[in-house]
Amino acid sequence: MSDVQTLPNLTRRGHFFSALGDFFVKQPLGAAGGVVILGMFLAALFAEWVAPYNPTQIDFLARLVPPSPAHVMGTDGFGRDIFSRVIYGARTAMTVGFIAAIVGTSLGAIVGVFSAFMGGWVDLAIQRVIDVLLSFPIIVMALIVVAIVPRTELFGVDINVIIAIAIPFIPKVARVIRSAALAIVTMPYIDATRAAGFTKTRIMFRHIMPNVVAPYLIMLTALLGQAILLEASLSFLGLGVSEPTPAWGLMLSGTNADYYREAWWVIFFPGLAISLTVFGFNLFGDSLRDWLDPRLKV
Amino acid sequence: MMWYVIRRFALAIPTLIGVAIITFFLLRVLPGDIVEIKLRGDGGDVSEAALAAERARLGLDQPLLVQFADWMTGLATFDLGTSLWTGERVAHEIAIRLPLSLEVAILSTILAILIAFPLGTLAAVFRGTIIDYVVRIITIGGLAVPPFWLGMLMIVGLITWFDWLPALGFVPLFTDPVKNLSQLIWPALSVGYRYSSVVARMLRSTILEVLEEDYIRTARAKGVTERMVVAKHAMRNALLPAITVLGLEFAFLIGGLVVTEQVFSLNGIGLLFVESVLHNDFTMIQGLVMVVATGFVLINLMVDVLYALLDPRIRYE
Repeated sequence: MSDVQTLPNLTRRGHFFSALGDFFVKQPLGAAGGVVILGMFLAALFAEWVAPYNPTQIDFLARLVPPSPAHVMGTDGFGRDIFSRVIYGARTAMTVGFIAAIVGTSLGAIVGVFSAFMGGWVDLAIQRVIDVLLSFPIIVMALIVVAIVPRTELFGVDINVIIAIAIPFIPKVARVIRSAALAIVTMPYIDATRAAGFTKTRIMFRHIMPNVVAPYLIMLTALLGQAILLEASLSFLGLGVSEPTPAWGLMLSGTNADYYREAWWVIFFPGLAISLTVFGFNLFGDSLRDWLDPRLKV
Repeated sequence: MMWYVIRRFALAIPTLIGVAIITFFLLRVLPGDIVEIKLRGDGGDVSEAALAAERARLGLDQPLLVQFADWMTGLATFDLGTSLWTGERVAHEIAIRLPLSLEVAILSTILAILIAFPLGTLAAVFRGTIIDYVVRIITIGGLAVPPFWLGMLMIVGLITWFDWLPALGFVPLFTDPVKNLSQLIWPALSVGYRYSSVVARMLRSTILEVLEEDYIRTARAKGVTERMVVAKHAMRNALLPAITVLGLEFAFLIGGLVVTEQVFSLNGIGLLFVESVLHNDFTMIQGLVMVVATGFVLINLMVDVLYALLDPRIRYE
């Protein structure tokens, strides 16, 4: 491996497509992941057109129909078309996943940059708190938040679920971004901004943040998959997205998954959708990391 | 060595105190009134006086600092309080369920090691070949497949192909080891898949790193067979990071149990956790979080000690 690292330039416009081409050539697996994500994204966006049935339409005459031309993925115990529910579920997963991952990563990045920039006892105190927070399993922390934050819905999106997913990400991201930011704060140009009398906020947001974009993006893609998995887990436990919203995790739980021992398709396809999407995000994130910064370990 | 272990133990204590402090404040700083949720639920009509009485009964009307002092002094005597839902002692409720969850956790750790070591080593040795790609896909898959779904698939598979299901009703290991293992191997596999994937990936990258070292070139130059180079020289040094990951991922394992126990109707601490959240039983949540975090800290302490045993350089630092 060469010693000189050329980091792909993400900020210059017009280079976007050549960067995309470079990524496709160097990281075919990552590109495959990207295609999966794009597919799910389109399914979520155009659910009304893609789904052949109404996802919440109950039809007791068509209960537990195995996969067939009329119902590609069969129907569940209420006679609802599973394919349509999986398509609409993509909308829930994508919305919750994206918002939660972006909120969590951004807050984590702010904490990380702040910690690195302030240094001294502030940094020390924040890092000790993060140490402790990292000893809680993510789902445990998410469950704590679920227990405390009352169920709130805004534009049909469960805000409490998003908060429950985003908060456990903060310490993880803060740790990684801080170490990236530590290298930046010692640079002469940061001294220059101080000498120029810029406010702390301006230095942090205008001069340090743009330089931690690479680890930010890597963490974001890594956490997107986890956010979707976490949403599915919470919904599976009956603590996430609430009925009647079609959500993959919800389709695997409670009365929705009744009879799954005899009717495998009831649980097979929603679970496959979760796995495939998270797989896509992980593949993409993994390759993005290799492409952006091979030395960074997340 | 003795001193190293003592020093590490001493360092774990502030972390545990930190865990206790953060657990306490996490459950109180976040918005939402536990008593209101418990009594009013989804819009039940309960008078202010009844709410105040319940708060007084649970000691929630005390100043925050007094509550905190109660919590900390309770912890010092291993008293986790009583459950808000059942009224049983929290420590007792956890203690009767812990052995089951612990057994599944240990079983999946063993499975993870058995799966991860061959996979990780093969991927590293055959880097860039089809084997490496296949392992990469298997391991990335391990991070993507929800453990509870994997568990459900196993149940479906066992019924369809073998017309058999693990018996309901938990049998302790020492009563009937065969029956016990036939029950617990499936949940252990479902959560172990993810675990083994993470370890295999770590192992692959560290073996690759070690294979670049000068002493590996020396070993090869003096004619040591490639098999020996990997098995003796590379493996030994790649072992340490793999062990660290095993320790760190233990937290995920517990997380996996939280969702998987439900699938297999195992009455462990994961199921207890979910039920406590559903019932807003927050003294129980507090106790469970404390136990889980303590477990995590202790596991990592053990990893550190193991590390020092395996690598003398660490002891003398």
